Amino acid sequence: MGKYMLIMRASDEGRAAYEEMDFTEVIAAMGRYNEQMMDAGVLTAGEGLADAAEGAVVDFSTDTPVVTDGPYGETKELFNGFWILDVASQAEAIEWAKRAPLSGPGTKLEVRRVHGEEDFPADNEWIQKEKQWRQELGTE
Amino acid sequence: MASGARHGVSGVPDARRAVEATWRIDSARIVGALARYTGDLALAEDVASEALAEALVAWPRDGRPRDPTAWLLATARRRAIDAFRRRAGRDDRYAALGRDLAEGQTHAGAAPSDTGETDLLWDPDRIEDDRLALIFTACHPVLSKEARVALTLRVVAGLSSDEIARAFLVPRATVQARITRAKKTLGAARVPFEVPTAADRPERLGSVLNVLYVIFTEGATASSGSDWMRTDLASEAIRLARVLRRLAPREPEVAGLLALLELTAARFPARTGPDGEPVLLADQDRRRWDTGAIRRGRAALARAVGAGRGLGPYGLQAAIAEQHAVARSVQDTDWERIVVLYEALGQVAPSPVVELNRAVAVSMAAGPAAALEIVDDLVAREVLGGTYLLPSVRGELLSRLGRRDEARAELELAARLCGNERERGVLAAKAAALR
Repeated sequence: MGKYMLIMRASDEGRAAYEEMDFTEVIAAMGRYNEQMMDAGVLTAGEGLADAAEGAVVDFSTDTPVVTDGPYGETKELFNGFWILDVASQAEAIEWAKRAPLSGPGTKLEVRRVHGEEDFPADNEWIQKEKQWRQELGTE
Repeated sequence: MASGARHGVSGVPDARRAVEATWRIDSARIVGALARYTGDLALAEDVASEALAEALVAWPRDGRPRDPTAWLLATARRRAIDAFRRRAGRDDRYAALGRDLAEGQTHAGAAPSDTGETDLLWDPDRIEDDRLALIFTACHPVLSKEARVALTLRVVAGLSSDEIARAFLVPRATVQARITRAKKTLGAARVPFEVPTAADRPERLGSVLNVLYVIFTEGATASSGSDWMRTDLASEAIRLARVLRRLAPREPEVAGLLALLELTAARFPARTGPDGEPVLLADQDRRRWDTGAIRRGRAALARAVGAGRGLGPYGLQAAIAEQHAVARSVQDTDWERIVVLYEALGQVAPSPVVELNRAVAVSMAAGPAAALEIVDDLVAREVLGGTYLLPSVRGELLSRLGRRDEARAELELAARLCGNERERGVLAAKAAALR
Protein backbone atom coordinates (compact mmCIF):
# COMPACT_ATOMS: atom_id res chain seq x y z
CA MET A 1 0.00 0.00 0.00
CA GLY A 2 1.18 3.49 -0.67
CA LYS A 3 0.14 7.03 -1.51
CA TYR A 4 0.46 8.33 -5.04
CA MET A 5 -0.21 11.74 -6.50
CA LEU A 6 -1.73 12.05 -9.93
CA ILE A 7 -0.61 15.41 -11.26
CA MET A 8 -2.71 16.91 -14.01
CA ARG A 9 -0.73 18.72 -16.68
CA ALA A 10 -1.88 20.39 -19.87
CA SER A 11 -0.35 22.36 -22.72
CA ASP A 12 -1.83 25.60 -24.05
CA GLU A 13 -3.73 23.71 -26.76
CA GLY A 14 -5.01 21.18 -24.26
CA ARG A 15 -6.08 23.95 -21.96
CA ALA A 16 -7.83 25.77 -24.82
CA ALA A 17 -9.61 22.58 -25.91
CA TYR A 18 -10.67 22.02 -22.32
CA GLU A 19 -12.18 25.47 -22.14
CA GLU A 20 -14.23 24.72 -25.27
CA MET A 21 -15.91 21.83 -23.47
CA ASP A 22 -19.27 22.09 -21.77
CA PHE A 23 -18.48 22.93 -18.16
CA THR A 24 -21.46 20.93 -16.84
CA GLU A 25 -20.26 17.86 -18.71
CA VAL A 26 -16.72 18.30 -17.44
CA ILE A 27 -17.98 18.51 -13.87
CA ALA A 28 -20.16 15.44 -14.38
CA ALA A 29 -17.31 13.40 -15.90
CA MET A 30 -14.91 14.40 -13.13
CA GLY A 31 -17.60 13.74 -10.57
CA ARG A 32 -18.15 10.21 -11.87
CA TYR A 33 -14.41 9.58 -11.89
CA ASN A 34 -14.03 10.83 -8.33
CA GLU A 35 -17.04 8.79 -7.26
CA GLN A 36 -15.48 5.61 -8.66
CA MET A 37 -12.37 6.26 -6.61
CA MET A 38 -14.43 7.02 -3.51
CA ASP A 39 -16.40 3.80 -4.01
CA ALA A 40 -13.14 1.89 -4.31
CA GLY A 41 -11.85 3.45 -1.09
CA VAL A 42 -8.73 4.89 -2.73
CA LEU A 43 -9.29 8.65 -2.97
CA THR A 44 -7.85 10.63 -0.05
CA ALA A 45 -7.42 14.14 -1.46
CA GLY A 46 -7.62 16.21 -4.59
CA GLU A 47 -7.68 19.83 -5.73
CA GLY A 48 -7.90 21.73 -8.96
CA LEU A 49 -5.89 24.90 -9.52
CA ALA A 50 -7.18 28.18 -10.88
CA ASP A 51 -5.82 29.56 -14.15
CA ALA A 52 -2.03 29.84 -14.10
CA ALA A 53 -2.35 33.32 -15.65
CA GLU A 54 -3.66 34.51 -12.28
CA GLY A 55 -0.58 33.17 -10.58
CA ALA A 56 2.93 34.41 -10.03
CA VAL A 57 6.37 32.82 -10.16
CA VAL A 58 9.21 33.49 -7.74
CA ASP A 59 12.48 32.70 -9.54
CA PHE A 60 15.60 31.87 -7.50
CA SER A 61 18.04 31.76 -10.40
CA THR A 62 19.68 35.02 -9.33
CA ASP A 63 20.98 36.19 -5.95
CA THR A 64 17.70 37.87 -5.08
CA PRO A 65 14.43 36.18 -6.03
CA VAL A 66 12.70 37.65 -9.06
CA VAL A 67 8.92 37.71 -9.14
CA THR A 68 7.01 37.54 -12.42
CA ASP A 69 3.26 37.50 -12.90
CA GLY A 70 1.53 34.75 -14.81
CA PRO A 71 2.32 31.11 -15.42
CA TYR A 72 5.57 29.25 -14.95
CA GLY A 73 7.87 28.94 -17.98
CA GLU A 74 6.57 28.26 -21.42
CA THR A 75 3.13 27.08 -20.27
CA LYS A 76 3.75 23.85 -22.19
CA GLU A 77 3.08 21.66 -19.21
CA LEU A 78 1.06 23.57 -16.69
CA PHE A 79 0.27 21.94 -13.39
CA ASN A 80 -3.51 22.19 -13.10
CA GLY A 81 -4.54 19.95 -10.26
CA PHE A 82 -3.94 16.72 -8.41
CA TRP A 83 -5.42 13.67 -6.73
CA ILE A 84 -3.84 11.70 -3.90
CA LEU A 85 -4.68 8.00 -3.95
CA ASP A 86 -4.15 5.34 -1.31
CA VAL A 87 -3.55 2.25 -3.47
CA ALA A 88 -1.89 -1.16 -3.44
CA SER A 89 0.83 -0.39 -5.97
CA GLN A 90 2.18 2.06 -8.50
CA ALA A 91 0.56 -0.10 -11.18
CA GLU A 92 -2.82 0.50 -9.58
CA ALA A 93 -2.19 4.25 -9.42
CA ILE A 94 -1.33 4.16 -13.13
CA GLU A 95 -4.47 2.16 -13.87
CA TRP A 96 -6.58 4.79 -12.10
CA ALA A 97 -4.75 7.53 -14.00
CA LYS A 98 -5.64 5.84 -17.29
CA ARG A 99 -9.30 6.07 -16.34
CA ALA A 100 -9.31 9.84 -15.81
CA PRO A 101 -11.80 11.63 -18.07
CA LEU A 102 -9.09 13.63 -19.81
CA SER A 103 -8.29 14.08 -23.46
CA GLY A 104 -6.61 16.47 -25.80
CA PRO A 105 -3.16 17.32 -27.10
CA GLY A 106 -0.55 17.74 -24.41
CA THR A 107 -2.89 16.63 -21.65
CA LYS A 108 -1.01 14.39 -19.24
CA LEU A 109 -1.17 12.84 -15.83
CA GLU A 110 2.07 12.38 -13.99
CA VAL A 111 2.05 9.59 -11.37
CA ARG A 112 4.33 10.18 -8.40
CA ARG A 113 4.76 8.35 -5.13
CA VAL A 114 4.17 10.51 -2.06
CA HIS A 115 6.98 10.23 0.46
CA GLY A 116 6.10 8.26 3.54
CA GLU A 117 7.62 8.60 6.97
CA GLU A 118 9.87 5.61 6.16
CA ASP A 119 11.73 7.74 3.60
CA PHE A 120 13.12 10.09 6.25
CA PRO A 121 15.31 9.64 9.33
CA ALA A 122 12.77 9.44 12.15
CA ASP A 123 15.09 11.05 14.68
CA ASN A 124 15.73 14.20 12.64
CA GLU A 125 14.38 17.17 14.61
CA TRP A 126 12.99 18.90 11.53
CA ILE A 127 11.16 15.78 10.43
CA GLN A 128 9.66 15.62 13.90
CA LYS A 129 8.71 19.28 13.80
CA GLU A 130 7.10 18.77 10.44
CA LYS A 131 4.92 16.06 11.95
CA GLN A 132 3.79 18.58 14.54
CA TRP A 133 2.97 21.16 11.90
CA ARG A 134 0.90 18.66 10.00
CA GLN A 135 -1.02 18.06 13.19
CA GLU A 136 -1.67 21.78 13.57
CA LEU A 137 -2.67 22.10 9.95
CA GLY A 138 -4.83 19.02 10.03
CA THR A 139 -3.19 17.84 6.82
CA GLU A 140 -1.15 14.84 5.94
CA MET B 1 -10.19 7.65 -22.25
CA ALA B 2 -6.43 7.45 -22.78
CA SER B 3 -5.33 4.13 -24.24
CA GLY B 4 -2.14 3.79 -22.24
CA ALA B 5 -1.01 0.86 -24.38
CA ARG B 6 2.60 1.80 -23.80
CA HIS B 7 2.46 0.47 -20.31
CA GLY B 8 0.88 -2.70 -21.56
CA VAL B 9 3.58 -3.59 -24.07
CA SER B 10 6.71 -2.13 -22.53
CA GLY B 11 7.60 -5.50 -21.02
CA VAL B 12 6.01 -8.61 -19.68
CA PRO B 13 6.33 -7.77 -15.99
CA ASP B 14 4.87 -4.29 -16.60
CA ALA B 15 2.00 -5.72 -18.58
CA ARG B 16 1.41 -8.32 -15.92
CA ARG B 17 1.32 -5.65 -13.23
CA ALA B 18 -1.14 -3.63 -15.32
CA VAL B 19 -3.47 -6.63 -15.66
CA GLU B 20 -3.27 -7.27 -11.93
CA ALA B 21 -3.96 -3.60 -11.17
CA THR B 22 -7.05 -3.67 -13.39
CA TRP B 23 -8.10 -6.79 -11.58
CA ARG B 24 -7.71 -5.14 -8.18
CA ILE B 25 -9.96 -2.30 -9.31
CA ASP B 26 -12.62 -4.23 -11.21
CA SER B 27 -12.78 -7.81 -9.98
CA ALA B 28 -15.45 -7.24 -7.33
CA ARG B 29 -17.78 -5.65 -9.87
CA ILE B 30 -17.05 -8.37 -12.42
CA VAL B 31 -17.54 -11.27 -10.01
CA GLY B 32 -20.56 -9.52 -8.49
CA ALA B 33 -22.27 -8.99 -11.86
CA LEU B 34 -21.58 -12.57 -12.94
CA ALA B 35 -22.73 -14.00 -9.63
CA ARG B 36 -25.95 -12.06 -9.80
CA TYR B 37 -26.59 -13.24 -13.32
CA THR B 38 -25.70 -16.87 -12.76
CA GLY B 39 -26.86 -17.02 -9.15
CA ASP B 40 -23.68 -18.97 -8.48
CA LEU B 41 -20.76 -17.25 -6.77
CA ALA B 42 -18.50 -20.28 -7.16
CA LEU B 43 -19.02 -20.37 -10.92
CA ALA B 44 -18.66 -16.59 -11.15
CA GLU B 45 -15.35 -16.70 -9.32
CA ASP B 46 -14.11 -19.59 -11.47
CA VAL B 47 -14.91 -17.95 -14.80
CA ALA B 48 -13.65 -14.56 -13.63
CA SER B 49 -10.34 -16.18 -12.66
CA GLU B 50 -10.19 -17.82 -16.09
CA ALA B 51 -10.72 -14.42 -17.68
CA LEU B 52 -7.88 -13.00 -15.59
CA ALA B 53 -5.60 -15.85 -16.68
CA GLU B 54 -6.56 -15.17 -20.29
CA ALA B 55 -5.84 -11.45 -19.88
CA LEU B 56 -2.39 -12.24 -18.49
CA VAL B 57 -1.61 -14.01 -21.77
CA ALA B 58 -3.53 -11.82 -24.22
CA TRP B 59 -2.76 -8.27 -23.05
CA PRO B 60 1.03 -8.53 -23.09
CA ARG B 61 0.74 -10.14 -26.55
CA ASP B 62 -1.96 -7.96 -28.17
CA GLY B 63 -1.79 -4.78 -26.12
CA ARG B 64 -4.14 -3.54 -23.48
CA PRO B 65 -7.75 -3.44 -24.67
CA ARG B 66 -9.43 -0.06 -24.97
CA ASP B 67 -11.83 -0.91 -22.15
CA PRO B 68 -10.13 -3.50 -19.93
CA THR B 69 -13.11 -3.91 -17.62
CA ALA B 70 -15.45 -4.72 -20.48
CA TRP B 71 -12.88 -7.12 -21.93
CA LEU B 72 -12.62 -9.04 -18.67
CA LEU B 73 -16.37 -9.15 -18.20
CA ALA B 74 -17.01 -10.27 -21.79
CA THR B 75 -14.35 -12.97 -21.57
CA ALA B 76 -15.69 -14.22 -18.24
CA ARG B 77 -19.16 -14.31 -19.68
CA ARG B 78 -18.05 -16.47 -22.60
CA ARG B 79 -16.45 -18.84 -20.12
CA ALA B 80 -19.71 -18.93 -18.18
CA ILE B 81 -21.64 -19.80 -21.34
CA ASP B 82 -19.20 -22.65 -21.99
CA ALA B 83 -19.65 -23.88 -18.45
CA PHE B 84 -23.43 -23.76 -18.71
CA ARG B 85 -23.38 -25.64 -22.00
CA ARG B 86 -21.20 -28.33 -20.46
CA ARG B 87 -23.71 -28.71 -17.64
CA ALA B 88 -26.79 -28.40 -19.86
CA GLY B 89 -26.92 -32.15 -20.44
CA ARG B 90 -27.41 -32.67 -16.73
CA ASP B 91 -29.73 -29.81 -15.91
CA ASP B 92 -32.17 -27.84 -18.11
CA ARG B 93 -31.79 -24.79 -15.91
CA TYR B 94 -28.20 -24.40 -17.13
CA ALA B 95 -29.26 -24.78 -20.76
CA ALA B 96 -31.67 -21.85 -20.37
CA LEU B 97 -29.08 -19.70 -18.62
CA GLY B 98 -26.52 -20.49 -21.29
CA ARG B 99 -29.00 -19.50 -24.00
CA ASP B 100 -29.84 -16.22 -22.27
CA LEU B 101 -26.21 -15.31 -21.89
CA ALA B 102 -25.38 -16.26 -25.46
CA GLU B 103 -28.32 -14.23 -26.81
CA GLY B 104 -26.94 -11.10 -25.22
CA GLN B 105 -23.70 -11.85 -26.98
CA THR B 106 -25.22 -12.18 -30.47
CA HIS B 107 -27.12 -8.93 -30.03
CA ALA B 108 -23.98 -6.96 -29.61
CA GLY B 109 -21.38 -8.83 -31.62
CA ALA B 110 -18.58 -11.03 -30.39
CA ALA B 111 -15.57 -8.75 -30.27
CA PRO B 112 -14.35 -8.96 -26.68
CA SER B 113 -13.48 -5.28 -26.48
CA ASP B 114 -16.98 -4.22 -27.48
CA THR B 115 -18.63 -2.69 -24.43
CA GLY B 116 -22.07 -3.35 -25.88
CA GLU B 117 -21.59 -7.05 -25.37
CA THR B 118 -21.58 -6.69 -21.64
CA ASP B 119 -24.71 -4.58 -21.34
CA LEU B 120 -26.77 -7.57 -20.33
CA LEU B 121 -24.67 -8.02 -17.22
CA TRP B 122 -23.44 -4.50 -16.69
CA ASP B 123 -26.48 -2.90 -15.20
CA PRO B 124 -25.33 0.35 -13.58
CA ASP B 125 -28.29 0.28 -11.21
CA ARG B 126 -27.29 -3.12 -9.96
CA ILE B 127 -23.54 -2.72 -9.53
CA GLU B 128 -23.77 -1.47 -5.96
CA ASP B 129 -26.19 -4.19 -4.96
CA ASP B 130 -24.00 -6.77 -6.67
CA ARG B 131 -20.95 -5.67 -4.73
CA LEU B 132 -22.87 -5.59 -1.49
CA ALA B 133 -24.29 -9.06 -2.14
CA LEU B 134 -20.76 -10.20 -2.88
CA ILE B 135 -19.50 -8.97 0.49
CA PHE B 136 -22.44 -10.50 2.37
CA THR B 137 -22.05 -13.83 0.59
CA ALA B 138 -18.30 -14.02 1.12
CA CYS B 139 -18.89 -13.37 4.83
CA HIS B 140 -21.82 -15.78 5.14
CA PRO B 141 -22.14 -17.34 8.62
CA VAL B 142 -22.32 -20.82 7.08
CA LEU B 143 -18.58 -20.48 6.38
CA SER B 144 -15.75 -20.88 8.87
CA LYS B 145 -13.98 -17.72 9.93
CA GLU B 146 -10.84 -18.61 7.92
CA ALA B 147 -12.99 -19.29 4.86
CA ARG B 148 -14.79 -15.95 5.18
CA VAL B 149 -11.51 -14.08 5.45
CA ALA B 150 -9.92 -15.87 2.49
CA LEU B 151 -13.00 -15.55 0.28
CA THR B 152 -13.44 -11.87 1.11
CA LEU B 153 -9.83 -11.07 0.29
CA ARG B 154 -10.12 -13.06 -2.93
CA VAL B 155 -13.45 -11.96 -4.38
CA VAL B 156 -14.02 -8.57 -2.75
CA ALA B 157 -10.47 -7.21 -2.45
CA GLY B 158 -9.18 -8.96 -5.58
CA LEU B 159 -6.07 -10.47 -3.97
CA SER B 160 -4.44 -13.55 -5.47
CA SER B 161 -4.00 -16.80 -3.54
CA ASP B 162 -0.28 -16.01 -3.41
CA GLU B 163 -0.88 -12.64 -1.80
CA ILE B 164 -3.32 -14.07 0.74
CA ALA B 165 -0.89 -16.89 1.54
CA ARG B 166 1.98 -14.46 2.11
CA ALA B 167 -0.21 -12.31 4.30
CA PHE B 168 -1.28 -15.17 6.55
CA LEU B 169 2.04 -17.03 6.47
CA VAL B 170 0.41 -20.20 5.17
CA PRO B 171 1.17 -22.19 2.02
CA ARG B 172 -0.60 -21.14 -1.18
CA ALA B 173 -2.24 -24.58 -1.39
CA THR B 174 -3.87 -23.98 1.99
CA VAL B 175 -5.45 -20.75 0.78
CA GLN B 176 -6.64 -22.39 -2.43
CA ALA B 177 -8.13 -25.29 -0.48
CA ARG B 178 -9.91 -22.86 1.87
CA ILE B 179 -11.42 -20.97 -1.05
CA THR B 180 -12.45 -24.14 -2.89
CA ARG B 181 -14.03 -25.52 0.27
CA ALA B 182 -15.77 -22.21 0.94
CA LYS B 183 -17.31 -22.18 -2.53
CA LYS B 184 -18.48 -25.77 -2.09
CA THR B 185 -20.00 -24.96 1.28
CA LEU B 186 -21.94 -22.02 -0.17
CA GLY B 187 -23.21 -24.27 -2.97
CA ALA B 188 -24.15 -27.13 -0.68
CA ALA B 189 -26.01 -24.79 1.68
CA ARG B 190 -27.76 -23.24 -1.35
CA VAL B 191 -26.84 -19.77 -0.14
CA PRO B 192 -28.59 -17.34 -2.49
CA PHE B 193 -26.54 -14.50 -3.99
CA GLU B 194 -28.38 -11.51 -2.57
CA VAL B 195 -28.32 -8.68 -0.08
CA PRO B 196 -29.92 -10.11 3.08
CA THR B 197 -33.46 -9.13 3.98
CA ALA B 198 -34.07 -6.58 6.73
CA ALA B 199 -34.73 -9.33 9.28
CA ASP B 200 -31.41 -11.07 8.64
CA ARG B 201 -29.45 -7.94 8.03
CA PRO B 202 -28.18 -7.10 11.54
CA GLU B 203 -26.70 -10.56 12.07
CA ARG B 204 -25.28 -10.78 8.55
CA LEU B 205 -23.80 -7.28 8.78
CA GLY B 206 -22.25 -8.28 12.10
CA SER B 207 -20.48 -11.12 10.35
CA VAL B 208 -19.17 -8.80 7.61
CA LEU B 209 -17.87 -6.28 10.14
CA ASN B 210 -16.24 -9.06 12.12
CA VAL B 211 -14.43 -10.35 9.02
CA LEU B 212 -13.05 -6.88 8.25
CA TYR B 213 -12.01 -6.48 11.88
CA VAL B 214 -10.25 -9.86 11.85
CA ILE B 215 -8.37 -8.94 8.66
CA PHE B 216 -7.33 -5.65 10.25
CA THR B 217 -6.10 -7.15 13.52
CA GLU B 218 -4.23 -9.84 11.63
CA GLY B 219 -2.29 -7.05 9.95
CA ALA B 220 -2.16 -4.80 12.99
CA THR B 221 -0.51 -7.39 15.21
CA ALA B 222 2.25 -7.97 12.69
CA SER B 223 5.38 -5.94 13.20
CA SER B 224 7.15 -4.10 10.41
CA GLY B 225 10.16 -5.20 8.37
CA SER B 226 9.90 -8.58 6.70
CA ASP B 227 6.22 -8.69 7.61
CA TRP B 228 5.37 -5.92 5.15
CA MET B 229 2.73 -8.00 3.43
CA ARG B 230 1.03 -8.64 6.76
CA THR B 231 0.90 -4.98 7.74
CA ASP B 232 -0.66 -4.33 4.33
CA LEU B 233 -3.58 -6.43 5.50
CA ALA B 234 -4.55 -3.63 7.87
CA SER B 235 -4.62 -1.20 4.92
CA GLU B 236 -6.64 -3.73 2.96
CA ALA B 237 -9.21 -3.92 5.77
CA ILE B 238 -9.45 -0.13 5.86
CA ARG B 239 -9.98 -0.04 2.12
CA LEU B 240 -12.73 -2.67 2.40
CA ALA B 241 -14.34 -0.72 5.22
CA ARG B 242 -14.32 2.42 3.05
CA VAL B 243 -15.96 0.46 0.25
CA LEU B 244 -18.59 -0.91 2.63
CA ARG B 245 -19.25 2.54 4.05
CA ARG B 246 -20.04 3.76 0.53
CA LEU B 247 -22.30 0.76 -0.12
CA ALA B 248 -24.12 0.91 3.21
CA PRO B 249 -24.07 4.59 4.15
CA ARG B 250 -26.95 4.34 6.59
CA GLU B 251 -25.38 1.71 8.85
CA PRO B 252 -23.77 3.52 11.80
CA GLU B 253 -21.70 0.49 12.78
CA VAL B 254 -20.06 0.43 9.35
CA ALA B 255 -18.97 4.03 9.90
CA GLY B 256 -18.03 3.06 13.46
CA LEU B 257 -15.80 0.23 12.28
CA LEU B 258 -14.16 2.43 9.64
CA ALA B 259 -13.53 5.07 12.32
CA LEU B 260 -12.02 2.48 14.66
CA LEU B 261 -9.70 1.13 11.97
CA GLU B 262 -8.56 4.59 10.79
CA LEU B 263 -7.97 5.81 14.35
CA THR B 264 -6.10 2.65 15.31
CA ALA B 265 -3.97 2.69 12.17
CA ALA B 266 -3.17 6.35 12.85
CA ARG B 267 -0.96 5.17 15.72
CA PHE B 268 0.99 2.63 13.67
CA PRO B 269 3.94 4.94 12.88
CA ALA B 270 4.57 5.35 16.63
CA ARG B 271 3.88 1.87 17.92
CA THR B 272 7.33 0.40 17.40
CA GLY B 273 10.70 1.69 18.54
CA PRO B 274 13.93 1.86 16.53
CA ASP B 275 14.63 -1.85 17.12
CA GLY B 276 11.09 -2.96 16.37
CA GLU B 277 10.16 -3.24 20.03
CA PRO B 278 6.54 -2.44 20.88
CA VAL B 279 5.92 1.02 22.33
CA LEU B 280 2.91 1.30 24.64
CA LEU B 281 0.28 3.98 24.07
CA ALA B 282 1.48 5.95 27.10
CA ASP B 283 5.05 6.11 25.75
CA GLN B 284 4.29 6.78 22.08
CA ASP B 285 5.58 9.91 20.40
CA ARG B 286 2.22 11.33 19.44
CA ARG B 287 3.76 13.62 16.86
CA ARG B 288 4.31 10.53 14.76
CA TRP B 289 0.62 9.66 14.63
CA ASP B 290 -0.92 9.92 11.15
CA THR B 291 -3.04 13.05 11.35
CA GLY B 292 -4.74 12.34 8.02
CA ALA B 293 -5.96 9.01 9.33
CA ILE B 294 -7.14 10.70 12.53
CA ARG B 295 -9.07 13.25 10.49
CA ARG B 296 -10.72 10.54 8.39
CA GLY B 297 -11.46 8.43 11.46
CA ARG B 298 -13.08 11.33 13.28
CA ALA B 299 -15.15 12.19 10.21
CA ALA B 300 -16.42 8.60 10.03
CA LEU B 301 -17.17 8.59 13.74
CA ALA B 302 -19.13 11.84 13.41
CA ARG B 303 -21.23 10.07 10.78
CA ALA B 304 -21.88 7.15 13.12
CA VAL B 305 -22.86 9.50 15.92
CA GLY B 306 -24.97 11.57 13.54
CA ALA B 307 -27.11 8.56 12.66
CA GLY B 308 -28.72 9.16 16.04
CA ARG B 309 -29.24 5.49 16.87
CA GLY B 310 -26.57 5.28 19.52
CA LEU B 311 -23.14 3.79 18.96
CA GLY B 312 -22.56 0.06 18.68
CA PRO B 313 -19.47 -1.80 19.90
CA TYR B 314 -17.25 -0.63 17.02
CA GLY B 315 -18.46 2.95 17.24
CA LEU B 316 -17.83 3.02 20.99
CA GLN B 317 -14.33 1.63 20.58
CA ALA B 318 -13.76 4.27 17.92
CA ALA B 319 -14.98 6.95 20.32
CA ILE B 320 -12.45 5.71 22.90
CA ALA B 321 -9.69 5.72 20.27
CA GLU B 322 -10.75 9.27 19.36
CA GLN B 323 -10.24 10.45 22.93
CA HIS B 324 -6.65 9.21 22.76
CA ALA B 325 -6.19 10.64 19.27
CA VAL B 326 -7.12 14.17 20.32
CA ALA B 327 -5.14 14.20 23.59
CA ARG B 328 -1.66 15.69 23.58
CA SER B 329 -0.49 13.32 26.31
CA VAL B 330 -1.67 10.67 28.76
CA GLN B 331 -2.17 13.35 31.42
CA ASP B 332 -4.08 15.51 28.98
CA THR B 333 -6.52 12.67 28.15
CA ASP B 334 -10.18 12.96 29.13
CA TRP B 335 -10.20 9.76 31.21
CA GLU B 336 -13.61 10.49 32.68
CA ARG B 337 -15.08 10.49 29.20
CA ILE B 338 -13.26 7.23 28.44
CA VAL B 339 -14.72 5.65 31.60
CA VAL B 340 -18.22 6.61 30.43
CA LEU B 341 -17.51 5.14 27.00
CA TYR B 342 -16.22 1.90 28.51
CA GLU B 343 -19.36 1.73 30.66
CA ALA B 344 -21.46 2.05 27.52
CA LEU B 345 -19.32 -0.57 25.76
CA GLY B 346 -19.79 -2.88 28.74
CA GLN B 347 -23.54 -2.49 28.29
CA VAL B 348 -23.72 -3.31 24.57
CA ALA B 349 -20.86 -5.81 24.45
CA PRO B 350 -20.13 -7.05 27.97
CA SER B 351 -16.81 -8.84 28.35
CA PRO B 352 -14.18 -9.21 31.07
CA VAL B 353 -11.59 -7.54 28.82
CA VAL B 354 -13.83 -4.46 28.51
CA GLU B 355 -14.22 -4.46 32.32
CA LEU B 356 -10.47 -4.61 32.76
CA ASN B 357 -9.97 -1.73 30.33
CA ARG B 358 -12.63 0.20 32.19
CA ALA B 359 -10.68 -0.42 35.40
CA VAL B 360 -7.54 1.05 33.81
CA ALA B 361 -9.51 4.12 32.70
CA VAL B 362 -11.02 4.45 36.18
CA SER B 363 -7.54 4.30 37.72
CA MET B 364 -6.56 7.26 35.52
CA ALA B 365 -9.76 9.21 36.20
CA ALA B 366 -10.42 8.43 39.87
CA GLY B 367 -7.30 6.74 41.21
CA PRO B 368 -6.15 3.17 41.85
CA ALA B 369 -8.46 2.36 44.77
CA ALA B 370 -11.66 2.68 42.73
CA ALA B 371 -10.09 0.68 39.92
CA LEU B 372 -8.96 -2.08 42.28
CA GLU B 373 -12.59 -2.70 43.25
CA ILE B 374 -13.45 -3.50 39.64
CA VAL B 375 -10.40 -5.71 39.24
CA ASP B 376 -11.05 -7.56 42.49
CA ASP B 377 -14.59 -8.18 41.29
CA LEU B 378 -13.16 -9.77 38.13
CA VAL B 379 -10.86 -11.90 40.30
CA ALA B 380 -13.80 -12.97 42.49
CA ARG B 381 -15.83 -13.93 39.43
CA GLU B 382 -12.89 -16.05 38.24
CA VAL B 383 -13.04 -14.64 34.72
CA LEU B 384 -9.89 -13.86 32.71
CA GLY B 385 -8.11 -16.67 34.57
CA GLY B 386 -4.90 -17.86 32.99
CA THR B 387 -4.11 -14.62 31.17
CA TYR B 388 -1.39 -12.25 32.30
CA LEU B 389 -3.60 -9.20 31.77
CA LEU B 390 -5.50 -9.39 35.05
CA PRO B 391 -2.48 -9.84 37.37
CA SER B 392 -0.48 -7.23 35.45
CA VAL B 393 -3.18 -4.57 35.89
CA ARG B 394 -3.82 -5.64 39.50
CA GLY B 395 -0.07 -5.50 40.19
CA GLU B 396 0.14 -1.96 38.79
CA LEU B 397 -2.78 -0.79 40.90
CA LEU B 398 -1.40 -2.36 44.09
CA SER B 399 1.96 -0.81 43.35
CA ARG B 400 0.37 2.63 43.04
CA LEU B 401 -1.42 2.01 46.35
CA GLY B 402 1.93 1.25 48.00
CA ARG B 403 1.08 -2.41 48.66
CA ARG B 404 4.47 -3.51 47.38
CA ASP B 405 4.58 -7.18 48.41
CA GLU B 406 1.18 -7.95 46.92
CA ALA B 407 2.07 -5.94 43.82
CA ARG B 408 5.29 -7.88 43.35
CA ALA B 409 3.51 -11.22 43.66
CA GLU B 410 0.93 -10.17 41.03
CA LEU B 411 3.55 -8.89 38.61
CA GLU B 412 5.62 -12.05 39.02
CA LEU B 413 2.50 -14.09 38.28
CA ALA B 414 1.80 -11.90 35.21
CA ALA B 415 5.37 -12.43 33.97
CA ARG B 416 4.96 -16.21 34.30
CA LEU B 417 1.71 -16.16 32.33
CA CYS B 418 2.83 -13.77 29.60
CA GLY B 419 3.57 -15.39 26.24
CA ASN B 420 5.41 -12.47 24.68
CA GLU B 421 9.09 -12.40 25.57
CA ARG B 422 9.53 -8.63 25.43
CA GLU B 423 6.49 -7.93 27.56
CA ARG B 424 7.53 -10.66 29.99
CA GLY B 425 10.83 -8.86 30.44
CA VAL B 426 9.05 -5.60 31.22
CA LEU B 427 6.79 -7.26 33.80
CA ALA B 428 9.69 -9.07 35.47
CA ALA B 429 11.63 -5.82 35.69
CA LYS B 430 8.67 -4.06 37.32
CA ALA B 431 8.36 -6.91 39.83
CA ALA B 432 12.08 -6.80 40.59
CA ALA B 433 11.89 -3.04 41.19
CA LEU B 434 9.48 -3.70 44.06
CA ARG B 435 11.91 -5.86 46.04
